[in-house]
Amino acid sequence: MGKFLNALFIFCVCCGIVLLSGARAIATPFDLPDLPYSYNALEPHIDAETMQIHHDKHHAAYVNNLNKALEKYPAQQNKTLTELLSNLDQVPEDIRSAVRNNAGGHYNHSLFWTAMSPKGGGQPTGKLAEAINKSFGSFEKFQQAFEAGGASRFGSGWVWLVKVKSGDKPGVLTVTTTPNQDAPLSEGTPILGNDVWEHAYYLKYRNRRPEYLKAWWNVVNWPEISRRFAAAD
Amino acid sequence: MAYELPTLPYDRSALEPKISASTLDFHYGKHHAAYVTNFNNLVKDTPLDSLSLEEVIKTTYNDASKVGVFNNAAQAWNHTFYWNGIKPNGGGEPTGPLADKIVADFGSFDAFKTAFKQAGATQFGSGWAWLVLDNGTLKVTKTGNADNPIAHDQIPLLTMDVWEHAYYLDYQNRRPDYIDTFIESLINWDFVAEKFAAAHA
Ligand SMILES: [Fe+2]
Ligand SMILES: [Fe+2]
Repeated sequence: MGKFLNALFIFCVCCGIVLLSGARAIATPFDLPDLPYSYNALEPHIDAETMQIHHDKHHAAYVNNLNKALEKYPAQQNKTLTELLSNLDQVPEDIRSAVRNNAGGHYNHSLFWTAMSPKGGGQPTGKLAEAINKSFGSFEKFQQAFEAGGASRFGSGWVWLVKVKSGDKPGVLTVTTTPNQDAPLSEGTPILGNDVWEHAYYLKYRNRRPEYLKAWWNVVNWPEISRRFAAAD
Repeated sequence: MAYELPTLPYDRSALEPKISASTLDFHYGKHHAAYVTNFNNLVKDTPLDSLSLEEVIKTTYNDASKVGVFNNAAQAWNHTFYWNGIKPNGGGEPTGPLADKIVADFGSFDAFKTAFKQAGATQFGSGWAWLVLDNGTLKVTKTGNADNPIAHDQIPLLTMDVWEHAYYLDYQNRRPDYIDTFIESLINWDFVAEKFAAAHA
């Protein structure tokens, strides 16, 4: 009996290790990143309740649903988010729209939290400021284009500042919008995006999306956006 | 000829606590009203001004130059249809020929409910879940943003708004809770039966 229990114990420990390491490598290829500040850090521009639900519920659901979609396709699990999103035709058809929506949701929201800061606002400086002036005429004109894009995106989606793929026009910036959780990867590298799904602003701004778009400038983390601009090809 | 925002068929607090007066203040008083205003502004002094909303929806569908008109016309129509499809103390089960047809086409009333829930829960982003008659068969469908069955030659019988503004103040991210409440205690089956009868007349 003792021997049997011992054997059972060893068997279980072994299985446990296999399951555990399996779980690490396979079950959750993607994790929800922590918010880089507290829920109320962006008050009064974005309220704590919105931040908590947006991060802990909406973003978390994208991560969970992405992991769930990838469960039966181990080969897809080693890909990065941008690899998945830039080559959706190489994702198995039965999970393609789940990956498009949820990898997109994970990618976009991860970029979103770090694009904001309680010490945000003001204007960009240095090379990014120069590129904005060159591409839009002035920072104010860029803001107008970005707000107009966000206001005109019908339904759920995002408005973006994208560094256009280099080549003949290196360093050129453009404003674009995407529906739902599509990321603008085919156009270049998104360096700044604002979420215009109603869940991003409804508790505080209700139907007044333009008001939210205006207030949002107060929390934009320009040093981080400058880093992204420099890092993009 | 300006299209007018139809009166809400009940008091703004009549659906409490399932849908709050605050939600109706914004959903009807701001969102629906804005679609109507935008629509009127867009068609003013154009040939579309003399058409019914249904005709505008059909003519402007898939016309890239008329996206704004289509969106606002369809949203004006969808919301009116949505308000009429719910009522205080709604829910329960349909009776008569509609109930028979649901059993014939879905297998059971429960199977219809499951399909309708599924359509609402899986419409990614903003949109609508529908019960329609498609060539004489009842079907559950879902559409994105403003899209509407009339544009697809189907006859709408019931709709559920799953834009976040429809439920966010009351249910936040919990869309499935809103959907359950909608099905179990808001649907106005008399209205659905009327639409069903009219489609057969
Ligand atoms: Fe979001
Ligand atoms: Fe709505």
